[in-house]
Amino acid sequence: MNAPTLLFEDTQDAPVLRVAGRLAIEYLEDIEPEFHKITTAAPRLRVDLDGLEALDTSGAWLIATLKTRLEAQGVSVELIDASSNRIALIDTVQEALPKEDDNAQPERGIIAWVASIGAATAAMGASALSLASFLGEVLSRFFYGVVRPRRWRTAALVSQMEETGFHAIPIVMLMSFLIGIVLAFQGASQLRQFGAEVFVVDLIAISILRELGILLTSIIVAGRSGSAFTASIGSMKVREELDAMRTLGLDPIEVLVLPRVIALVIMLPILGFIANISGLFGGALMSWIELGVSPSMFITRLQENTDIWHLIIGMIKAPFFAAIISVVACWQAMQVKGSADSVGRHTTTSVVQSIFLVIVADAVFSIFFSELGV
Amino acid sequence: MSDSPATRPDREAVITVRGLRNQFGPQVVHDNLDLDVWKGEVLGIVGGSGTGKSVLLRTIVGLNRPAAGSINVLGADVLNGTREERLAAEKQWGVAFQDGALFSSLTVLQNVEAPMREHMKLSPALMKALGELKISLVGLPQLACGKLPSELSGGMRKRAALARALALDPAIVFLDEPTAGLDPIGAAAYDELINELKRSLGLTVFMVTHDLDSLYAICDRIAVLAEKRVLFEGPIEGMTEIDHPWVQEYFTGPRARAAQEKT
Repeated sequence: MNAPTLLFEDTQDAPVLRVAGRLAIEYLEDIEPEFHKITTAAPRLRVDLDGLEALDTSGAWLIATLKTRLEAQGVSVELIDASSNRIALIDTVQEALPKEDDNAQPERGIIAWVASIGAATAAMGASALSLASFLGEVLSRFFYGVVRPRRWRTAALVSQMEETGFHAIPIVMLMSFLIGIVLAFQGASQLRQFGAEVFVVDLIAISILRELGILLTSIIVAGRSGSAFTASIGSMKVREELDAMRTLGLDPIEVLVLPRVIALVIMLPILGFIANISGLFGGALMSWIELGVSPSMFITRLQENTDIWHLIIGMIKAPFFAAIISVVACWQAMQVKGSADSVGRHTTTSVVQSIFLVIVADAVFSIFFSELGV
Repeated sequence: MSDSPATRPDREAVITVRGLRNQFGPQVVHDNLDLDVWKGEVLGIVGGSGTGKSVLLRTIVGLNRPAAGSINVLGADVLNGTREERLAAEKQWGVAFQDGALFSSLTVLQNVEAPMREHMKLSPALMKALGELKISLVGLPQLACGKLPSELSGGMRKRAALARALALDPAIVFLDEPTAGLDPIGAAAYDELINELKRSLGLTVFMVTHDLDSLYAICDRIAVLAEKRVLFEGPIEGMTEIDHPWVQEYFTGPRARAAQEKT
């Protein structure tokens, strides 16, 4: 392992550059500046490579760039080497040397900044339009399916219902149960100051039935099933499976998207209902332990003082949230292009967008129902 | 086989596989497989579907742990050597996978720079220059440097994968079906490229291929995988005389005759 050496005999008429040692990638960093310094006033330069122990492409690159640089200055460069293989390598490399790139530099400064804002805004508008058109496509396929029930993919639908609904029950129950406990605990410590402990029942019932049960279930489902939809359909898209389907006369929306959307629209209200029950149970348990509100008192108060409309409003929202989550997830999957990296990015976007849209929809519902006075 | 390592002391083996056994559940892919790859040669591995050509490649580069056997690459014991030994050997080989296996979040240039960045101490400018050289060497236009792998055609991806495999100037290059899916012109150019690199860099090439044109054009030696081992090995001219139904069909079929006539 000998580091390469350069010996430059710069005589007036016949300068010689002797290169020796291992001219290889591990020494490239050290030797490169020395090659850069070499210039000559003579019309020709001989490069003697006989002392080389090894030459790899990076070494050949050094010599080839030197040769190209000097030849551009009108100096003819002659390589002397016993090994014709090395000369051949240098010739190959010199032929392959990339031409000076004349790529235009990207714009910088305020214009680029304004342009990027414009591009981002246009992209946002385009993506909203694309989501709307995807929703339209899904709806049209859905109504087509309603007219021709034979085209329903029952097996896919049931398996999606099991995957997105049934398998999500434990996590949804646990989450909601804990939320019930937290509400009761926090509510109790506040209400006790007014001696209004019994109102904890109203607090728990209204917040869970009307808002939290469905909202938190939707968020869990968006993270759990929405991401799965995007990732699975998205990787199918990368592997051109969707194109294959189309050529076989199968419609990806009908085969892949509709079963998922319908499954979630059916299952999310059920999951939400389970979450409601579980949350009330957690709340009741904590009220009993913390405030001594017995279960029978809890139930009586629940039945007498809590309007059934709280439950109904919560349940009305569930299918809408389900549609938002599943349509956004499948739409993001359709935007996947090319690579595994793109699948990951769109999966993230899918979860973030669907949670965001669910919360926006929840706010809209909230205004709507309060205007209605229920 | 007539040319076992003992009878040919003039050749230096860079890869030695002895008694290899690969097994997936009850299915035995290789059993007691022996193989030598000599320095500076292009070895073509052929065999029917499911005879474990790719498994053999993956086993040699350490991606698949065999049930039994020993593998020695450039003096390093791939299976039982120390971490340092393995790492030193890994820097000495490059692998180009069937569909490129380029890192999809990096541009082509960044892909080629990745091994240099990891294993060498080079300035960014030098890395860029070398990366562009490698990309140009494998016959890709400079325009390809800034593109993402997903923006390239299949043939360009294969070339970019070769550029990445060559990034550290390895002594051995493993190619998995390098010309599959290329158009005849592209495939011939790829063969020429391998030949050129072999000549000028003294490269040893381990190539799994089905391309009869490549076998005739660039392979010094062919190893036929069948019956769970290397059934025959030798130059392609001798293959037609081997008395084995699969080998006969493979090397005397119409496609083989056409490929032979070209050379």
